[in-house]
Amino acid sequence: MKPENYHQNTSYKLITLQGVTRVYGQGRVAMYALRGIDLSVDPGEFVAVMGSSGSGKSTCMNILGCLDTPTDGKYLFEGVDVGRLSRDQRALLRRHYLGFVFQGFNLLNRTSALENVELPLIYRGVPVVERRIRAKEALASVGLEGWETHTPGELSGGQQQRVAIARAIVTHPRVLLADEPTGNLDSARSREIMELLTAFNRELNITVIMVTHEAEMAAYADRRVHFLDGVIDNGHDSERKNK
Amino acid sequence: MIRETFLLAEREIRRNVLRSSLTILGIVIGVAAVITMVTLGGGATAQVASDISSLGSNMLQVRPGQGFHGPGGTRSAAPRLKIEDAEAIASDVSGLAAVAPMASGSAQAIYGNANWSTSVIGSTDKFLQVRNWSLAEGRGFNEGEMRAGKNVCVLGSTVRKELFGGQEPVGASVRLQKLSFQVIGVLDSKGQSGFGTDQDDFILVPLRTFQRRIAGNNYVRTIYVSAKDGVSTEKVKSDIERLMRERRRITHGEEDDFNVRDMKEIMVALTSSTRVLTALLAAVAGVSLLVGGIGIMNIMLVSVTERTREIGTRLAIGALEKEVLLQFLVEAVVLSCFGGIIGIILGLGAAAAGANALQVPFLFNAKIVVIAFLFSAAVGVIFGYFPARKAARLDPIEALRHE
Ligand SMILES: Nc1ncnc2c1ncn2[C@@H]1O[C@H](COP(=O)(O)OP(=O)(O)O)[C@@H](O)[C@H]1O
Ligand SMILES: [Mg+2]
Repeated sequence: MKPENYHQNTSYKLITLQGVTRVYGQGRVAMYALRGIDLSVDPGEFVAVMGSSGSGKSTCMNILGCLDTPTDGKYLFEGVDVGRLSRDQRALLRRHYLGFVFQGFNLLNRTSALENVELPLIYRGVPVVERRIRAKEALASVGLEGWETHTPGELSGGQQQRVAIARAIVTHPRVLLADEPTGNLDSARSREIMELLTAFNRELNITVIMVTHEAEMAAYADRRVHFLDGVIDNGHDSERKNK
Repeated sequence: MIRETFLLAEREIRRNVLRSSLTILGIVIGVAAVITMVTLGGGATAQVASDISSLGSNMLQVRPGQGFHGPGGTRSAAPRLKIEDAEAIASDVSGLAAVAPMASGSAQAIYGNANWSTSVIGSTDKFLQVRNWSLAEGRGFNEGEMRAGKNVCVLGSTVRKELFGGQEPVGASVRLQKLSFQVIGVLDSKGQSGFGTDQDDFILVPLRTFQRRIAGNNYVRTIYVSAKDGVSTEKVKSDIERLMRERRRITHGEEDDFNVRDMKEIMVALTSSTRVLTALLAAVAGVSLLVGGIGIMNIMLVSVTERTREIGTRLAIGALEKEVLLQFLVEAVVLSCFGGIIGIILGLGAAAAGANALQVPFLFNAKIVVIAFLFSAAVGVIFGYFPARKAARLDPIEALRHE
């Protein structure tokens, strides 16, 4: 259990973005998706990222997930400048520290739910028996017990969403990045998922950064960050929720 | 990690059954076709070569020309050869082991109820020596039988089998053209020639007997000459040509109306046809290999979009570029080797069956097995691996966005 004043006492930041910009295209067609983002996240924090469509939330999440690199600015992960890491070092960072729930799921086709969830454990070198057990547990925790052998094509959008969440949490990552994880779920399911993420955050001390449109889901977070046209809107309430 | 990579590759193969089997099929077809064609071609060539060497390597043939310019410039048949020509060659040309004039025709041979249509060769006892025949039973013709033109014969093994079955032929009489011939010998079998003709299907009778009783003329079709060991066939050839020009009164500057061919030339004539055959087979095999290769390429390229996204997903989850590549390489190698092995088995099986059907020897050609296998494996690996390599070099997010 983490102490009440854990955040306040932490002297270092888990994640720091300094003036991060991301420009798509060049010259006349240049599209500024992010225009100078400053953001820091403490270890164990649960942050909700909000903002209208096209405001740069996914772009920012991809950078936080080391899937994309900023055009300009700095990304520090545990004080390490990610921009200076090699491709392979970034891959290892993703493998050992990060879990990512993609907006479009990105499950492997024609591959069972169980095998999809096992995949990150394979790259972590978890032995096969343990891998099976953990993948089954993760699927059960998102309410997909009995769906292990189904392939994405045989699952509904909401079920695929939950397989994607199971795959992201099965490794118990240091940071869980979730891009609209409840986007395809009804409100009852959404609440279940939020309870799950909250439990992960509280009990396993997993830092969660989650994009959501819905205020109800954002309310589960410790803190809300609002995006507006590629910048963080500080006029909005972005204070920490009083615990 | 290697074990895991094999596991991933194996899983990938199983979950894309259609793509995997099409890839394997392409390789199977390519490898099997090449092995079958080349093995059969090699067998046929070997058969022809062995036929030729069974003729005796220092043999020459003298034959009348295909035609010559007669009076008035018309093209008419060249004068026939005669027994006397053979006798002259035997007495005047030095360094000869044997000379055998030969004429042939076909006839119905009858023994008891058995009836067999075969070819009849009229020659001397030297024929056996010149053409490398050996007697299985009995004897060849003696001087008296040849000079007097007696009704005696030596049977090829096919004729013996067809007429006598299990019975003893030597001493029995067979009927040829209403005449009775006493069987004095039976030849060993040489089997089928490279062209599929049965070399054992003939009856040998003395040349004079053949001319008088069967053909009703005194023509000689071919004179077979065999040079002594160590004697140059070139020299024998030119000696015979000089003698024949003299005998046929061909003046200086006139073309020969006969030809003398040594084994080298006969070999060229015979093998040119197998060379055409082999080239044809190789072309067919090459096309199959190409089709197989294009098939593999198509399948791999079609799946590139899907694979690129898959690679993006793996990279995003934390796979290293080299791990992804190793997986794809292993997958391609496993598929190619699997297809290659099936192709080798099928190809050798088909080649063995074909060799049996065509009556040519089955010669296992390790070189072509290796070449076909390596080629197909290379095609599989190149088209399986290189698109993957391109994708694995992308940023994960780019690979995931790939449409
Ligand atoms: N690959 C891309 N190429 C060009 N423009 C892009 C690309 N991805 C996103 N954008 C643009 O960047 C802006 C931010 O997009 P995104 O981060 O997906 O927004 P959000 O997730 O908040 O809806 C949008 O205007 C979008 O059109
Ligand atoms: Mg988005």
